[in-house]
Amino acid sequence: MASTDLAPGRREIRTDAALDWVAERGVYLGLLALIAFNLVFTPRFAEVDNIRLQFVQVVPVAIIALGMALVIGTKGIDLSVGSVMAISSAVLALYLGYGPIIAIAVAVLGGATVGIVNGVLIARFGVQPIVATLALLVGGRGLALVLAQGRLTEVFDPTLGVIGSGRVFGIPIVVLVALAVALAVAFLVSRTTFGRYLVAIGGNPEASVLAGVPVRRTLIIVYTLCAILAALAGVIQTARLSASDPSFVGNLIELSAITAVVVGGTPLSGGRVRIVGTLAGAMLMQLISATLISHNLPDSATRMVQAMIILAAVFIQRQRGSA
Amino acid sequence: MTTTSGGLPVLGVRDVSKRFGGVLALDGVSLELRAGEVHALVGENGAGKSTLIKVLTGVYQPDEGQVIYRDAVVTFARPLDAQAAGISTIYQEVNLVPLLSVARNLFLGHEPTNRLGLIDFAQMHRDAQLVLARYGIDVDVRRPLRQLGLGVQQMVAIARAVSADHRVVIMDEPTSSLEPREVERLLEVVDVLRRDGVAVVYVSHRLEEVFRLCDRVTVLRDGRRVHTGPIADITRLDLVSRMLGRAISDVERARTRFNERDTTQAAEPILRATGLTRRHVLDHVSVDARPGEVVGLAGLLGSGRSETAKAIYGAQPLDEGTVEVAGTPLRGGSPRAAIAAGLALIPEDRKAEGIIPTLSVRDNIVLAALPALSRAGIVSERSQDAVVERLMSRLQIKASGPDQRVGELSGGNQQKVLLARVLCLNPRVLVLDDPTRGIDVGAKAEIQALISDLAAQGMAVILISSELEEVVEGSDTIVVLRDGAVVGKLEGNDVSEDGVMRLIAVAARETDPPTPQRAEPEGRGLH
Repeated sequence: MASTDLAPGRREIRTDAALDWVAERGVYLGLLALIAFNLVFTPRFAEVDNIRLQFVQVVPVAIIALGMALVIGTKGIDLSVGSVMAISSAVLALYLGYGPIIAIAVAVLGGATVGIVNGVLIARFGVQPIVATLALLVGGRGLALVLAQGRLTEVFDPTLGVIGSGRVFGIPIVVLVALAVALAVAFLVSRTTFGRYLVAIGGNPEASVLAGVPVRRTLIIVYTLCAILAALAGVIQTARLSASDPSFVGNLIELSAITAVVVGGTPLSGGRVRIVGTLAGAMLMQLISATLISHNLPDSATRMVQAMIILAAVFIQRQRGSA
Repeated sequence: MTTTSGGLPVLGVRDVSKRFGGVLALDGVSLELRAGEVHALVGENGAGKSTLIKVLTGVYQPDEGQVIYRDAVVTFARPLDAQAAGISTIYQEVNLVPLLSVARNLFLGHEPTNRLGLIDFAQMHRDAQLVLARYGIDVDVRRPLRQLGLGVQQMVAIARAVSADHRVVIMDEPTSSLEPREVERLLEVVDVLRRDGVAVVYVSHRLEEVFRLCDRVTVLRDGRRVHTGPIADITRLDLVSRMLGRAISDVERARTRFNERDTTQAAEPILRATGLTRRHVLDHVSVDARPGEVVGLAGLLGSGRSETAKAIYGAQPLDEGTVEVAGTPLRGGSPRAAIAAGLALIPEDRKAEGIIPTLSVRDNIVLAALPALSRAGIVSERSQDAVVERLMSRLQIKASGPDQRVGELSGGNQQKVLLARVLCLNPRVLVLDDPTRGIDVGAKAEIQALISDLAAQGMAVILISSELEEVVEGSDTIVVLRDGAVVGKLEGNDVSEDGVMRLIAVAARETDPPTPQRAEPEGRGLH
């Protein structure tokens, strides 16, 4: 088995290159194909209102996926993001009496607390990320329901109204917020020591420890950032819907976010973070859902398509990694 | 009692070769195991011991040569075939089911059953008690295995192997994680096996056990068999020199390049590691290094060389011991604190502990130095690129550019990247654990030259190598380790391969307990 002859070796190299290409750029190809399909078959797809709607709707997934990309870059996973959204939404409604700024701050702080708990469980106590964040996924949703006493609350506030549906030069404010987050995360990853540390940890944790990387601190910050972004997404969602519904907000969003990250070229095995790819991945998820809905397929069909896409993406990565 | 040398051949290999890619792991090795003998298999890392064991047990198929079992050429297509034929292997990690009872573990897969086909627990417990009693073990066989000590667990593993009527038992470093008392018990059990006519293969780095227990010894080096013979006919020194491949008579005392610089001897040590202790791993190891001095850590594999290196660097948990750099004790025992104090380490296992394969050459080089290359957490790309460019050209790192992924480089260039990583820290003490392992000759010479250069510039270097020659040629002082403890120190003109080997061998003899059992197998071997 050790003495493989050269001919199949060469073919493997070519398949590798193809897999590399798909893993790196497949998301853009998929996006283009989907846009082309919609331009031809979906009425009113190219209208400004629709385009704006697609961008607004992708914002929560995009913001969460950016945080998730950091977590996955460390070879981790965060399943609790949807519950953090719910907590932030419930807290926002609860504290709105103190004014919108304080309410938003407390909501984000509440999310950050969940992130710190995730990070400490994982970095300090060595709990596997999937287990720690699964516990917070369940417990966090419960906490949100307790906070909101299980009720849907209508949220009326002029400031939140502006955040949710205001526009600057025709561009929705929430889209601008998502763009700012994307730029900040891109800067973190490419230019800061923190960004270097997080991919180093994902690439080889033992080597990182020996190279003096503050592994625990970095991991705690990564999970906290991811939760802060999820809380922000919760605020945006609440503002946009003018309602806080902790039993439904953010349900299964972790799946969309993870899919967006993986499809965007960030390997689940860690060691790399793709920001633009992640955004494209989020948009791909959004367009798939929009396409299915506009062709009268139920939203639940989206979930099945999503499941297939994530399986395909992970399969491609696996093939690539094993070569 | 059977006579050991007179036992009939049970299992053996004839002219076996095994190749992995371009590496010849076994090169025409022959071995014959006899009934009722304990056969030691020794050799340094990469000598081919584990490959040979895997050929014997059906894990690997030999490329050339034959496996002979009970006078017939056999092919064990799978490990299960070898087991079914009566060959069993006991690894250092006990591979039983910790949650099941001792009795269940003993009879797993061949439990006594009653008429309904269910396990006959009463029968099984009685049998288990009997089997264990033969090895002098008296435990409640209904208790879960994990509640027992590691030594007893190992004994259960052995009892299981033998209760299944095995003729050959292969033990791979069976005592490496046992307490001294448990080691005694294990050695007694091996004696029982010998009396029962089982052929035992005993793989160990502990010469003491080899000389005390074994009847014959086979030495492997670089995939070849270099010696087989009765243990009584070989001295410890001879055995060590054969393992290391350095004939005693051939060894000229090699003067090192740095001996002449007596000024370094006058300076105060910059590194002072005192009483480093960790149960089963390190026993009051102390190492000093002066600026400009290269201190070699020598010893066989498993002697505690790498553990000492890691302990100095704060990467090995310790029960006791202190490390001081320039008079300031390191606190916290973390690599991060060590780096801040002026220490740097190149770890032994380049792939597992050194490189970050997904990152670029540039990111790998600056990883440890990022705090110095950044302000307020933002990396200065200008100073980073300057450092990377300087080190890549100084060390002649062959890569398509600083953006190439390190995982794609050759072993020698990966090692240079790691050297660059520690050099950008400007360390005062550099700890190098086998820095030239598995790299090509050219890169090796470059790295050796660099080490002496760095020492000449006043850096203190702790050097470990899997090649004794390299340590002796490169070091001013050598600390010799055995079983996690310092057994001697060679300085100046005393530094020689001969001296190191004598220390390893003599120390083994001195620390031997005066045991009558020891003399017996030797005596038998002479008949």
